[in-house]
Amino acid sequence: MDSVLLIYKGIYILAIFGISLLIATYSTYFERKIAAFIQDRVGPNRAGPMGLLQPLADAGKLFFKEEFIPAKANKMLFILGPGIAMLVAAMSSAVIPFGDTLIIGETSFDLIAIDVNIGILYIFGVVSLGVYGLMIGGWASNNKFSLLGAIRAASQNISYELAMGLSLIAVLMLSGSLSLKVIAEQQTGFNWNIWYQPLGFLIFLICAFAETNRTPFDLPESEAELIGGYHTEYSSMKLGMYLFAEYINIFVVSAVMSTLYFGAYNFPFMENLRNAFDDPVLGNNVVTIIGVAVMFAKIFAFIFFFMWVRWTLPRFRYDQLMKLGWNILIPLAILNILLTGGGILLYEYFTNG
Amino acid sequence: MTLSERMYLPAIAQGLGITIKHFFKKKATINYPEETRQRSDIWRGLHVLKRDENGAERCTACGLCAVACPAEAITMTAGERKKGEEHLYREEKYAVTYEVNMLRCIFCGLCEEACPKAAIFLQDDKLAPARYERDEFIYGKDRLVEPLKTTETK
Repeated sequence: MDSVLLIYKGIYILAIFGISLLIATYSTYFERKIAAFIQDRVGPNRAGPMGLLQPLADAGKLFFKEEFIPAKANKMLFILGPGIAMLVAAMSSAVIPFGDTLIIGETSFDLIAIDVNIGILYIFGVVSLGVYGLMIGGWASNNKFSLLGAIRAASQNISYELAMGLSLIAVLMLSGSLSLKVIAEQQTGFNWNIWYQPLGFLIFLICAFAETNRTPFDLPESEAELIGGYHTEYSSMKLGMYLFAEYINIFVVSAVMSTLYFGAYNFPFMENLRNAFDDPVLGNNVVTIIGVAVMFAKIFAFIFFFMWVRWTLPRFRYDQLMKLGWNILIPLAILNILLTGGGILLYEYFTNG
Repeated sequence: MTLSERMYLPAIAQGLGITIKHFFKKKATINYPEETRQRSDIWRGLHVLKRDENGAERCTACGLCAVACPAEAITMTAGERKKGEEHLYREEKYAVTYEVNMLRCIFCGLCEEACPKAAIFLQDDKLAPARYERDEFIYGKDRLVEPLKTTETK
């Protein structure tokens, strides 16, 4: 790897890191705004124009709060918990392709931080590490409510990861690759996976809600029964880290869903647009830049959907959650694999035979 | 339950439809310090001690408002008008101090009904605003008496 590319990768990774932090920060603002709008209120509108500085005010407030560690808590693990949650959340956006390639001069730049051939497995592995953050934090608090929340988080994440992985297999059968870059490239134009995998997408979406601990599956942090769940004992910026990690996870899972099912940076008529330019380099760059905007539009749409659902649906009961995961989603996901396999066989039969 | 009912998805979609309708609805909020709600004409807000047409204070410190006040929010001390102060006070007796404790006041309006001189009224356009110090809720004559009309506005 020559030095230009190395420097570019460094800048790109920093930029992606910054963008995911920024989006997580402003997710808190939009969460409150959307909640307010759905409840016929106006939401935060005092700090800055339209309340846009509200996240800064919140962060400032969190920093000045008392940093409290319970006397009987395991101090090291107590501090480690939010750290792991945050680290893991920030790591997972590394393999997501936010755009195609930019060509500047002689070199072409891939708009992806690391193009590993097992991208989606990497995301799964890293995201499932995130449950350690919650588990360690909840256990180290030495508090039964925190522990209950942490156990709920762990069992819920494991249960839904199965269905999520199974629903993903159908996509991988179509694409034949684990690399998110390849999966994105295959969905050119309007040839998105959602048209082939509506059931798989539905399962994936439901599991994504459970994985990010969002309503209607936010049992680990249910305020009414568990006084906040695994972060009951946390205060100040350590609490902020947990909340922040949750929003980064939402961003990542939205990006993954856009990449897997909604064609990542692809948009309809992109080939026509590319061919409309005489200069192929310019055409490529214009399409790429629009593609990045399209990708982020899809991500924001998903983030909005997450919030929309949060302020619409009430919480599940714990037995209902487990029943939905094990008795309904996993059989459905297996059925989806069978259907996809059958579909692929039929397609090959008719095209080759 | 039928299959579609047990799937819950149609019901969820319906619920999402309802919330998105509210998302675009006009908000009921009134941004208070910048905008105020339209109040009725007989709204009982902040007190005012009126002046007569010559700019002299109407209050004669008879104490009927203090007697009528169910919250005992009004206190006053009476004083005798000196020579040369006729343009300031209408009657020979006037209120040297006149204090309304806004924390006690229940804005019932019995003081304005009790007043024989039509001196005290509860305004319909002003409120006793929130403050940080308890002392600041005791409104003296400096904040209660109607400001003098200047010659231009007369």
